Amino acid sequence: MNTNPVQFDPARVSISCRGIVKEFGEGQAKVTVLHGVDIDFPKGATSFLVGPSGCGKTTLISVIAGLLTATSGRVSILGEELTTMRGAKLVEFRAKHLGFIFQQFNLIPALTAAENAAVSLVVRGWTLASAKRESNRLLDRLGMGANRNKYPNQLSGGQQQRIAIARSLVHDPDIVICDEPTASLDAETGRDVMVLLKEVASSSERSVIVVTHDNRIFSFADCIATMSDGKIERFEVLTRN
Amino acid sequence: MFVIALKMLFYDRAKYLGLVLGVAFSTLLINQQVGIFLGLIARAGAIVSDVPEANIWVMDRGVKNLDTIFPLRDTELGRVRGVPGVEWAVPLFKANATVRTAKGDLESSILIGVDDSSLIGVPPRVVMGDIEDLRHPDAVAVSQDGFTKVWRNEPLALNKTVELNDRRAIVVAIVKDSPKFTSAITFFTRYSHALQYTNNGRNQMSFVVARSVPDRTPEDVAETIKERTGLQALSSEEFRNKAIQYVIDNTGIPVSFGTVVGLGVIVGVCVAGLMFNLFVLENLKQFAVLKAIGTKNSRLIGMVFLQAMVVGFVGYSVGLFGAACFFEFAGKNNPNFTGFYLPFRVAIASGAVAAIIILIAALIALRRLLFVDPAIVFRG
Repeated sequence: MNTNPVQFDPARVSISCRGIVKEFGEGQAKVTVLHGVDIDFPKGATSFLVGPSGCGKTTLISVIAGLLTATSGRVSILGEELTTMRGAKLVEFRAKHLGFIFQQFNLIPALTAAENAAVSLVVRGWTLASAKRESNRLLDRLGMGANRNKYPNQLSGGQQQRIAIARSLVHDPDIVICDEPTASLDAETGRDVMVLLKEVASSSERSVIVVTHDNRIFSFADCIATMSDGKIERFEVLTRN
Repeated sequence: MFVIALKMLFYDRAKYLGLVLGVAFSTLLINQQVGIFLGLIARAGAIVSDVPEANIWVMDRGVKNLDTIFPLRDTELGRVRGVPGVEWAVPLFKANATVRTAKGDLESSILIGVDDSSLIGVPPRVVMGDIEDLRHPDAVAVSQDGFTKVWRNEPLALNKTVELNDRRAIVVAIVKDSPKFTSAITFFTRYSHALQYTNNGRNQMSFVVARSVPDRTPEDVAETIKERTGLQALSSEEFRNKAIQYVIDNTGIPVSFGTVVGLGVIVGVCVAGLMFNLFVLENLKQFAVLKAIGTKNSRLIGMVFLQAMVVGFVGYSVGLFGAACFFEFAGKNNPNFTGFYLPFRVAIASGAVAAIIILIAALIALRRLLFVDPAIVFRG
């Protein structure tokens, strides 16, 4: 049941999860959130992870991102074993290969749009000035050039999410993890954000994983993995003409 | 990342101000209170400081400070002069006298009688007039602060007449003396003249002040004087310290000032600690985001310490500036406030205290930051 039903060419798999179990608490209070999840995410595709609240979507992407440690099982990203990676190596791996987009945008209020978008490069050692030059180019592509010097509280939700998209992509990561990117936006803005995300983030080598239960944006998915009770219930590869 | 840390720090101006004020308040309180305390207890030995020519003080065995004196017999002066190692010795008289101010009010003053021939005992810094004029009848020198208190709002001037213990005295010189504990008004006159103001009969010599010969230490000569005369003899330094120690041991001043300084440190730690903790707590999600996107813990620690250092430095600077302004301006034209200053050692020590305050605040905040689960970024 938990085995990924779709077998991809191993060379085209960016993330591979095998037998992921995640438990929280101990003894009587122990809760098993992931029950041996097996799933592969292909390169060059936007994969949606969907399912009802509490089914384990966020826990799974936290494990994939190395923010939570799996109780058992293996996560391999771009051929590197993430589950055995620890400390500074894991942090460096995240800074180099992963980009994040969050439901609440999580922009830093003290920084301008350009500075917020530049943070992913600053984390990798760039100076803020040079990182801003790089992020400005991306903000122009995202139609946010005119707002680059504005602070988050001067921007609408849709605009903030575009800044978050810029932050997640500015360092050209191999994997972009999006947690409910449209949940805080109205339908039209959510759709615009997804169009933009698809347009800017899509590349033949990059995997975009979107956790959502917003079925209005399912049309942007290349693959949809449906989770239920900590298991992958279904995995579909969508073909479009 | 450090630029980002500073931008985060300055963004919430109210909190930043609160943090800075916490440290500034502590620094101000420590410097102001310790400065006043040191200035106050230094007054206990002020008369010793005003006689720099002498390095030995001889007095009754029971004397513990400069205010409670038992007179010596006049013959003791000759005995001290005869002790080997004593280069010279002169009498010094000290008493309290009542002075009537220009307005007619009565004020307590200190009357110092100095050696008639050498005039040793008059402070060397003369603001106006000539010390040699003390040889004239009824002549007195007055301390600058004393003049300001007796003749309020009048410019310094000589030949002013004043009533001292109901007797006439003429000001022939104005000197800068060390501020005293009991009164800001000090009169200096010849020893023989001073006795007339008090008129208490024979044996009124308060101290014999002496100087040791160049090849012997004052402590050594003082020991010899003690052995030969049975009197108490101390070096100037020892006597000043003894008088200061008396104040420390027998008054509530150290406890009172110590309590205020302690409270300043506690309030500083509490305010800065709580505010900094609150600051990090409110930015916890932002720090978690930075952690999630690949910021190492060492870099986050560096960011927090940079923020703490900036707060500490600015707070300390503001507090020190406030304390400096207090000592510079609060006592201006106020004779009661003369002699209080900000010792640089206190300023340095308060810097160390500010550093400890901010270090404690940063450590409290770091505890939260280092254990924050970066996965909270995924929680709406």
